Formats: sequence, C-alpha cells, structure tokens
Amino acid sequence: MMEKGLVDILHRCFRCGWCKLPTNYHDINCPAYLRYRFESFSAGGRMWLIKAWLDGEIKTSERLAQVLFSCATCMNCVEACAIPHIKDHLVDIFIAARQDMVETGIIPPSVRDYFKAMNTNGNPYKMPRADRKKWAEGLNIPAYTGQEYLLYIGDEASYDDLGIKMSRSIAHLLNEAGISFGALFEDEQGDGNEVHALGELGLFAELAHQNISDWNRRGIRKIITISPHAYHAIKNEYVKHGSTFDVYHYTQVIGTAILQLPKRREYPSRVTYHDPCYLGRWNRVYLQPRSILNSIKGLTLVEMDRSMQNSLCCGGGGGNSFTDILGTGPDLAGRSRVREALSTGAKIIAVACPQCYRMLDDAVKAENAQEQIRVMEITEIMNLALP
Amino acid sequence: MLDQEIIGKLKTILGSDYVSDAAEELFIYSRDQGVQDPHMPDCVVMPGSAPEVQEIIRLAMQKKIPVVPMGGGLLLSGLTVPLKGGIVLDMKRMNRIIEINERSHYAVVEAGTSQGMLDAYLRKHHPGLKHSLPDAPPSATIAGNIAIHGSGHLSQSEGGFHSEMVTGLEVVLPTGELVKFGSCSTVPAWFSRAPLPDLVGLFLGWNGTTGVITKVGIKLYPRPSLHDVMVFMTEDIDLAPMIISRIINTEVAEDINYALAPKPDYLNGFQMTVINVTANSEAEIKMKKQIIRDALHDFYETKEAGFMPVPPNMKAGFLEAPQKALSKFADVRKGGGFEYVGAIMPIEKIPEACRAGMEITARNRITYSLGARIIGRGHCAMFFFAYPFNRVDREEVERVKKALEDTNKTALQLGGIPWKAEVQGQQLILKQMEPETYRVMKKIRDVLDPAGIMNPGNWEVG
Amino acid sequence: MHELIFNTKLCENCKTLDCIMKCQYIEMDLDEAGREHAKILRGEESRILKDCVTCYACEEYCPSRNHPFYLIVERQEQLGIHPVPKPIEKSQVIMMGPRGKIKQKELKAPVIDMCFFDIMKGGIRGKLFEGATTIGGSDVFCNLMFLHFARNSTIRERLPLIMDNIMKYYLEPAGVKEIICYHDECYGTYTSWAPAFGIDVPFRPVHLFDYIYHKLIDLKPDIKPLNVKAAYQRPCSNRLCPETDHFVDDIFNLIGVERPKRTYEYKNALCCGGIPEAAQRFDLVEEIQRKNVEDMKSTGAQYGVFNCPFCFWTLAEPVAKAGMIPIMMSDLCLMALGQ
Repeated sequence: MMEKGLVDILHRCFRCGWCKLPTNYHDINCPAYLRYRFESFSAGGRMWLIKAWLDGEIKTSERLAQVLFSCATCMNCVEACAIPHIKDHLVDIFIAARQDMVETGIIPPSVRDYFKAMNTNGNPYKMPRADRKKWAEGLNIPAYTGQEYLLYIGDEASYDDLGIKMSRSIAHLLNEAGISFGALFEDEQGDGNEVHALGELGLFAELAHQNISDWNRRGIRKIITISPHAYHAIKNEYVKHGSTFDVYHYTQVIGTAILQLPKRREYPSRVTYHDPCYLGRWNRVYLQPRSILNSIKGLTLVEMDRSMQNSLCCGGGGGNSFTDILGTGPDLAGRSRVREALSTGAKIIAVACPQCYRMLDDAVKAENAQEQIRVMEITEIMNLALP
Repeated sequence: MLDQEIIGKLKTILGSDYVSDAAEELFIYSRDQGVQDPHMPDCVVMPGSAPEVQEIIRLAMQKKIPVVPMGGGLLLSGLTVPLKGGIVLDMKRMNRIIEINERSHYAVVEAGTSQGMLDAYLRKHHPGLKHSLPDAPPSATIAGNIAIHGSGHLSQSEGGFHSEMVTGLEVVLPTGELVKFGSCSTVPAWFSRAPLPDLVGLFLGWNGTTGVITKVGIKLYPRPSLHDVMVFMTEDIDLAPMIISRIINTEVAEDINYALAPKPDYLNGFQMTVINVTANSEAEIKMKKQIIRDALHDFYETKEAGFMPVPPNMKAGFLEAPQKALSKFADVRKGGGFEYVGAIMPIEKIPEACRAGMEITARNRITYSLGARIIGRGHCAMFFFAYPFNRVDREEVERVKKALEDTNKTALQLGGIPWKAEVQGQQLILKQMEPETYRVMKKIRDVLDPAGIMNPGNWEVG
Repeated sequence: MHELIFNTKLCENCKTLDCIMKCQYIEMDLDEAGREHAKILRGEESRILKDCVTCYACEEYCPSRNHPFYLIVERQEQLGIHPVPKPIEKSQVIMMGPRGKIKQKELKAPVIDMCFFDIMKGGIRGKLFEGATTIGGSDVFCNLMFLHFARNSTIRERLPLIMDNIMKYYLEPAGVKEIICYHDECYGTYTSWAPAFGIDVPFRPVHLFDYIYHKLIDLKPDIKPLNVKAAYQRPCSNRLCPETDHFVDDIFNLIGVERPKRTYEYKNALCCGGIPEAAQRFDLVEEIQRKNVEDMKSTGAQYGVFNCPFCFWTLAEPVAKAGMIPIMMSDLCLMALGQ
C-alpha cells in the first residue's frame, strides 16, 4: 500500500499543467502526455486519477494501468511543478501507485513479461547469464580482482547490440586513460532500476541485496556504471538497502581523466547532446558529458531547445524501453527528440545511456532520417578522435 | 452514454487514439480545478485539424449531441465541464504556430497552442516580439484565453483585454461551416478586424456557445531587452485609485497590479502596487522609474507610503511571466485548490471591492488574496477575489462556494461584472442585463446553433 | 530600562565634532555643526536627524566612542522621525520579529550565527567551516537593523529574548560558550550596542573574519594564492566594531589577494545604498552607488568582495555590470582553498 505520507499529499496537486512543459516552455516535455494528449496522461491527471482510484471513485482497469505505466519517470514534472510541497514526490507517488497496481495483478502484459524475464533469467532479454561476457570478446578487459573500480556493465550494455558497442567503447577508453578497473562478466546481474521504477519493489530489494553482498564480498568500493539507470539505482536506491559504494557514471570518471589522455586529433562534426534523465534531472550531472565533447577539437556542440534540466526524455525511462507502453507514432518522445536534434543542424546525437541509444537509434529510423543524422555514444566519438 | 456507433464514427474521423470513453478520461474531463460540481462527458475527443473539427460538429449536430470545446481546461469556473454531457473537444493537439509577421506585429496560431509555447517560440525566433501573457500556467491556450476575455502582462499598456488584441479568427460554426473573420476573410494577411463589419465578437465571451475557434490571429508587441519592477507599499486602501491613476498617467508602466492578502503576516494590512517597467537601455529604464517615482513623490515624502526595496529573489518572482506564485496559491490551504471571482470593474471601485472581499471571507471563514490588474491604460480593472481551499475538506469547499456566490452578487452591486463566471454567476449577470440585450444574444445563438449543441447550460436564463 | 549610556558632558565639551564634520552625507561647517549638535543634545529637532542616512559611521568617527549614532536614533524615535516610510517600517518590524518557532538541533563548536540570513548557510561549507554548525533566523536575529528605522526600542525589547533563545536552546545544551557572528551586525550588537545600553551578553561573540583568519592560518599549506585584485565593501555595521576591520587585509594577504588602494574604504567607506533606498532617497542611492562602483572599478579590481549579505544583494548587480565578480569573503577564501 502506498505510504501514508504520499497518500496525504495526493489532493494537493492543483492540476495546473506546469508539469506538461519544460521550464522554458518550448514544447510538451512529458513523454506520456506527448504521446496520448489526454489530460489523464499528464502528471497532474495521473495524480487525480490515483487519488480517485485509492478513494474508490474509479476502478482498477487496463486503461488505468496504461496511465500509470506510461510514465517514463523522467522527472520533468518534478522539475516544472509549481507546488513546492508535492513536486519532489510526484514520481515517488507514480512508482508507489504502480506497486499497488502490481499487487492487484492487473498490469499490462508487457510489464508482466518484463518481471517474468527478470525473475527467471535475471535480464529482460531472456538470455543466458553466461552471455554476459560476450560484450568483451576480443578486448583485453580484466576480470575484477581488486582494481580501483568495478566497471558495472548492466543488462543493456551486456546484451543489446548498441549497448555492447557502448560498453566496448567505454572500456577501451578507460584502458587508454589508464584507469584501474575490472568487470564481473557472467558473475554480474541486473541492477534492477527498471524493476524498481515499474513498482516491483520486492524483486528490486532482492536484486539490490544480492548485488550489495556480492560486491562487498569481492571488496569492491568504487563502481563505474555504463548506464545512468544503474548509476541512479546503486547511488540513490541501494543506500536504502545498506550499501556504501562510491558510484560514478562513466562520464564523470572520463571527464576527470580526460586531461591524462593522449593528445587527440580533430574530429570536425556538429553534435548535439541528449541528456539522459537518470543522469541529468535525477542526478544533476549535466556538465561532464558536455566537457568531454567540448574537449574534442573541431567538434561543435549545439544545444537543443530542451536541454539539461529541460531535456526531453528518449521515451525509454521507467521501464518503457522494455515494456513499450508508449507504443508507436510520431508523438513518441524519441521521434520528437530526433526532430528537435535535426532542427539544430547536428549530424550526430551524442548519448550517454544505452537505453537512450536504443530508443533514439530506433527513432532515427522511424523518422527516416538515417541520411541526415546518427546516434553515437560519447566515447565512440572520443575513440574516433584518438590518434 | 453515447452508443458505440457514434464512438465508432468519431474513431473513424480521428483515429482510435484520440477518442476515449474510458472511465479515466470521463473522470478527468468531468471536472476542473475549482469548486463546481462534476458532470460526466460521454466521450472526449482530440481533433488534429479544422476539417476534423467540422466532421465532429456535423456528426454532433445531426445526432444533437452537446459539444464542449476546451483549451487548457484551467478556467476554475467549470466552463469546460459538460453540464449536459456529450463530447468534450480537447483542442490541444491543434498547436501549430502558423505565421509570425514581424513587420505587422501579429501571430497566427492554431487554437490549442499554449501560451508557453508561443512565448518560447517568439523568444527563439523573434526575440524582439512578445505577446501578452496571462498569469495562468503556461499550458493555458491562446484561443481559450482570448475566448474568455482574458488579460495579462500587456493589458495595461497595450490595448486592454486579450480579446481586444485579436486580429482575426477561424471558426467552425455549430452547423459545421469553417469561416474566417477579420482581414484574413478577404486578403491573405491577418492584420486586423477593421475595416470590415466586426463579427469576431460573436465568439469572444460566449463560453463556446457559438462555435469552435480553430485559429487565432493575435497582436504582438515589442519585447524590450530590460525589465524591472517597482513595488509601492501603502497602508490606506482608499489611496489605491489615485495612486494607480498617477502611475497610469505616466504612460511608462507596462503592467500594474495591486494586491493585498493576510499572509504572510508581515504584509497583512498593507497593499502593494506592483509596477512593471521595460526599456531598451539603462538610461531609458532609469528615466521611466524616475518618472514613476516623481508621480508618487508626495506620498513617500510624507512617509505614509513608499517604494519597497525588492531583494533579488523576490524580484525574480515578480519578473517571472507567467507567475508560478499564482499556482502556488493553490497550496495555501494545503489542499490543491483555489477559485476566484475576477470582476471587471471601474478603478475607483477598488477600495470598496477590497473591503467587500475581506468582509465576505470573514463571514464565510475562509482566507483570501485580493487584488487587481489594470486594463487598457486605466479604463477598468480586473479585480480578483481569490479564495484557496482544501479540496478534501468538503465543508471548506462549501464555504468557498458560498463566498463565490456572495462575491458575484457584491461585484454586480459594486458596478462590476464577474468574468468567466460559472453558470450561477452567468445567471446573476443575465438577471441584471437589459432584456433586449439578452434577446439579441439568444437570437444570434439560435441562428448560429439551431440544434443547440454548443456548451448548453451556458449563458442561459435559469 | 536599558537606557543608552551616554556621556553628555563629554559630548558638550567636544571641540572637533568629528561625528558631524567627518560625515560623508551631511555637509556643514563647524559653527552650524555646533548648533545642530546642541539641539540634538537638548532633544530638539535638527536637520541631522532628518538627513542622517543611518550609515553608523559616526560611531567610529567619535574619538571618545560616546555613541553619537545611538543618540541620533534615540532622538529620532523620541521625536517621531521615520527615516523609512511607515508601512515599510511596520512590515519589517513584523517580518523580522521572533516567531517562537525554534527547532532544537544538535550543535557543536564552531557555531556560526547566521543572523537572519539562514538562506545563506549554503556558504558554510568546505574546509573553512569543517565541522561547523549553524543557527539562524528570526528567533536568534539581533534586530540591530532597526537602527535604520529609528527604533532602538525594538532592539531593546527583543535583544534579551534573542540572547536567551541562543543560550537556552542552543549554546547551553551544546556546552558551547561562543558564537561566530556571520554578519557584522550581530557582532556589533554584542560588542557595541548591548554594552552601550547596559545589557550583558552571556556568550562570547567572535567576528567571522577573526574565525576565518585563524582557520586560514591552520590551513596555510592548502592555500593556493589567488593572485587577483579585489575591492572590499565595508558594511555599515563594521563601524560598530572597527577593531575587526584589519582582518580584511590580513585575510587578503593570506590568500594572495591584492587590495589596490581606493577612495571609499576603511574609515571612508560608502554605504551600499540599500538603506537610503528604503528611505526613498533615490538620487542619493544612485550617486553613492555610482561613486562606489566606479571607485572599485578604477583600481583594476576583478572582484568586489562583501561580508554583509544585504550589501551583496544591493550591490552585486551594479558590481557585475561594471565587469567585476561580486563574491562573499568566505567564498573567496574557499576558492583559495581550491573549493
């Protein structure tokens, strides 16, 4: 059941609609509202529906599940909300409502499939655990044996082809920079961030405890993550389960190590950077990824209208990149984002998150824009620029 | 409830994604944020184009289904709540900015374009121009606001109500025709309503009972690069009309707002006149501020009133447009709501309105924020009697309802007219309106909407 | 109760009348000054009482430290002179009044008294303030600002309660005997105003700069000299404790900041303009801000350094517009510590 502290503030949402737009008002910035457009899919509408549901004014239904699970947990509503005493808790409320919905058993089939895969396979791709080492094939990546950092790869960067491109590129650059790190390969398991965001808090707790005890047993103190989602889960959620690790997103480590890298050659390009929600709004890391890009000679970094705290989510957050509740169509956040990137004249959308990578790469195809723009992860651009 | 055949037809027109008769949408669209009773629609639709609106209206006319057009849905007085059920037409998918004319200073937008998006668009593409922003949240729509005679940041200096800034309209009539009004009816440009017979007014202030606005031409104004605010503090309510007039007469105040509230306690018993000044150079802004100070010199010389030093964080709040602080007002009672009577009234009535507001709130045991925005270089004021409430405290909600009723009556007695009034308020207005005027209104409506489908229950004698 | 301890004889016999003759805002020759001065002593109206900008400087100019400014404030109040419009004055009295809403919190030394400016406690960070705890807000606010409003009575009424709050709710439970005064105003209250009105202070006040200076000495190996030029805006309340003014130079020396000589500093410092603005003296505000900022700029200063948050809020924008970086002293020191 949703905790009392959250139930008690539900009625304080005025449904004034600030949550639909970014703080600079450029365009609709809530992925669920952008896609569905009914008031019921805005953060305010969702707040009122949750209250009505808990009060018994509306029943549990597939439509309500769609309203709840379409939230991308992107935090735009938190950033933009006008009511100080509720704004910080909006996404907590949505996750808590999902948890209540999970307990009723009426959840969208794709969400059920996701939980099932996580339960039985430990990853959403239903792939064997042994395949978690495949990403590093042909690279000289050491297993973790007490190095300074654990490089935590995560599900997407272990199994998804774009994610694998990303983990290989990052590992390569960390090597170049002389960072002492190791990986766990088949001994790794999912961090559970999306399990948490989708409201299966029991399963999340289990994953968190397993990871924490495994990493403690191995003497791990410092962790670099590929995915901002894992970064968030380990940094902000695992601490509630007793973890004490120092956690870094790879852009933070590379951003600091960048001065030690060999002299880079130029890479003339026009690039726009897409802030991942779990790195940006969730954790306020905006500048390090940009400083990495700015360190490349000849690279012109152009900003989209919605950037940093106003960034538009790729549409994959909150489990959506696996559950696909947001469906298809031109109003998908990813496609809107690609059109926005195109309008800057950029030829590359730089990403720092495997979920954004997948969502935006698919969106470029859906927009039929492969000729004009491509999606690249930050270190891929860096590696191109290395001598 | 609409039969599934009609829902099916609507889905054929719009695609199934943009038609809903699900309980969740019916619940949300059955109420707004104010204290009016909910009324369930039968379905909610979101057209993407004017031809789609035409098809929906034709279907509705044929089947005699009520249609309620809706923009931002932020009226608080229930004007987009479907009193007789039917179809709620959420216009916000139609949000394209069609034209900005830099030289003739106007914009043409689709009806669902939000205030925030037009402002952001102008800042980026035409940084020298702005439109008059209301203090509604940025998700409020341009068309919704002009249709209710809204007002905003340029209403004092640039020509009054936002409805007065309309240069042309495109409307789907209740019989399904798509019609243009203003210069755009005759030539391609949307520059003005003159010199043609002015029919635009048939759709402004009518609460959606005469048609569905699909496009709006609105005036744009210069956006000076510098912006500052002055706050004049008084302790004597009776000074307000004279102080405000003096400021108006300087001709250099872009926006003038007057406010009093019991909270925070250090402002209780004091009134603030907030004066916005804009300019293109430091010298100009200095001069304008000097002119305003000179106009009020005798007040502050006696130390009975004075300009309050405004610390940077407070100033940032005043300079914000639209003002987030107004939405925060909904949390005063920790209950997610406020409602207000915005009465359009003569400026000299402000002191009486203030006293009446305090008396009504004391009698109904509620709290308040009172104030006024000056309209059209001093031709009237939009005086707001705003009452926050806790929406889960039913008893308090009832007291606020009662206070609103009292306030509507008082506003009319004072010689003002409640703005965007809820149905009960509309009936009070009609009771006081000259019968011939109402008869003409009714005739026009009967001609335009023979099937009586457009937002029924509004502007009708009860 | 708590009358101003003022030596009238000493004042009557003063030959130099530095309190008036050195005033930067009221011009008069010695004869006129003598006449006006006598009126004030007799409790009569004087143009000094109306023209005073309440910059506190005469407290420092008086060679006998006989509290001429506190007397001016007494007389203004007795004669019903309101330097600031009455609604603003009344509103401020309510705004700054103790609320009786103290939340006990665990404190340990050093305890920084943020004055009213709890909002600034984000500045209490880094090596400079390691382990420091803060108190602040209306219940511990010294109320000395009411000197600007001709209201010694408000300070008189509130100060005993305020000191009691500080002791009872904070210092005694924590076993702490001293507070570091973030704002010169508090330090001036406890070391100058309270003794002048015969009020005992139950704790030891320490000036923020005294604390920072000694902390920097301890942290000397960590200091990377900034090698920049800076101008300092001395706040009015430092006139009540001029013995602490040397710390500005001492601190600048430690952190490698050059302080090029300028006209309006030390005893010749100018008001930030905030109070004259409240007093509706807009021409004066413009003049003194222009003179002050031009003077800062003319020295080639890259930074305009502040200690008083109110001066900072008033002057930060003009300083920035003139091309200098406005900064609080503690932040400048943190920069030198690489933070």
